[in-house]
Amino acid sequence: MIKEIALIIVSVVFVNNFVLAKFLGLCPFLGVSQKTSSAIGMGAAVTFVMTLSSAITWIVYNFVLLPGDANIIAKIFPSIRELGLIEVLKTISYILVIATLVQLVEMMLRKMAPALYESLGIYLPLITTNCAVLGVALLNTTDSPKHLGFLQATVQGFGAGIGFMVAMLLMSGIRERLALVNIPPSLRGVPIAFICTGLMALAFLGFSGMVQ
Amino acid sequence: MAEQNNLKEFTKGIFQYNPMFVLVLGICPSLAVTTSVKNGLAMGGAATFVLVCSNFIISIVRSFIPREIRIPCFIVVIAAFVTMVELLMKAYLPPELNASLGIFIPLIVVNCIIMYRAESFAYKNKPFASVLDGAGLGLGWTLSLCLVSSIREIVGSGTLFGLKVSESYQPASVMIMAPGAFIVLGLLLGFFNWRKLRKSEKSMKAVMKDD
Repeated sequence: MIKEIALIIVSVVFVNNFVLAKFLGLCPFLGVSQKTSSAIGMGAAVTFVMTLSSAITWIVYNFVLLPGDANIIAKIFPSIRELGLIEVLKTISYILVIATLVQLVEMMLRKMAPALYESLGIYLPLITTNCAVLGVALLNTTDSPKHLGFLQATVQGFGAGIGFMVAMLLMSGIRERLALVNIPPSLRGVPIAFICTGLMALAFLGFSGMVQ
Repeated sequence: MAEQNNLKEFTKGIFQYNPMFVLVLGICPSLAVTTSVKNGLAMGGAATFVLVCSNFIISIVRSFIPREIRIPCFIVVIAAFVTMVELLMKAYLPPELNASLGIFIPLIVVNCIIMYRAESFAYKNKPFASVLDGAGLGLGWTLSLCLVSSIREIVGSGTLFGLKVSESYQPASVMIMAPGAFIVLGLLLGFFNWRKLRKSEKSMKAVMKDD
């Protein structure tokens, strides 16, 4: 059990890093990685939302969307037991779950940890449109190569968040140094950030094949 | 005059507001699916469809949407069209193309370009102008996807549209993996910046000469 969980975490943090190998969550990755402090804040917020949304979307997927006896809606409308709602409602239900969750987290943080809330500022509402959050929810429930259990899905969400944070931290360290270097004017800003990300991704390719 | 304006709404998406090279929005799918031109075209088509339809619907219902809850409303409209596109593609396109686009079709929901146009154009303009705006930006994005994907396909697998470019060329497969995508986009952005800088330098010089 512990071995399996450790494997999932190593796999999503290093081998299949969401930013560097799967191209998910690039907008906040480039937008918020100017300073190390904001990179950590954003990474923590994303990890939190990703873990929770993985857990909730897993429940939605297994008990509302999938056809079969476990479907809750099928108890009221029997015709859904055969087909399920997976084809038509997957995307909409996931994005609504994530949007609601982000709103809830925002309200909770404002009440319980005002200091953290202040430091996250604009990044919190932006998490709704972070494709890494929706991406991990979709990947958890594609059933390929195998159907994930509740714990595995949640751990994968948590690990993906940590992987996002690791990539952001590394990038912010590079960009803080890049600010002091003389770069050709046409490459300043986003282009050089992309090229650096490419080199980082090249380094992360070294992990490939370590875990399936 | 009105006709000229309409044309402008359409063409601004291709050059002046090119989503990939000028606005630098929606980069996640543009890197992930550009391993071959076929994928790039399919992705561009799907996103253009969603962009045009969601712009149209949002600009029709824009007076009924209260300002405070406009973002959730946009998301629901966009998600509905994305689901349609997903089902259409599953029905009519070859399965291997669907498999290679994978989760990036449902991820059109969170594509920043569509959200950005809904928020900054369709919410404020008439339906016809919004449709043109959506079509223009969608076309601009599709063209840039084709540019990136043709570079990556030629260098990375030595083919274009699946046809071999040259017999003796040994493909550099790193270009169709993750690092190649970042480096190609970085260099292309640098190239477009260089052209813009050179243009503004020239116009500066012309102004100086006139003085």
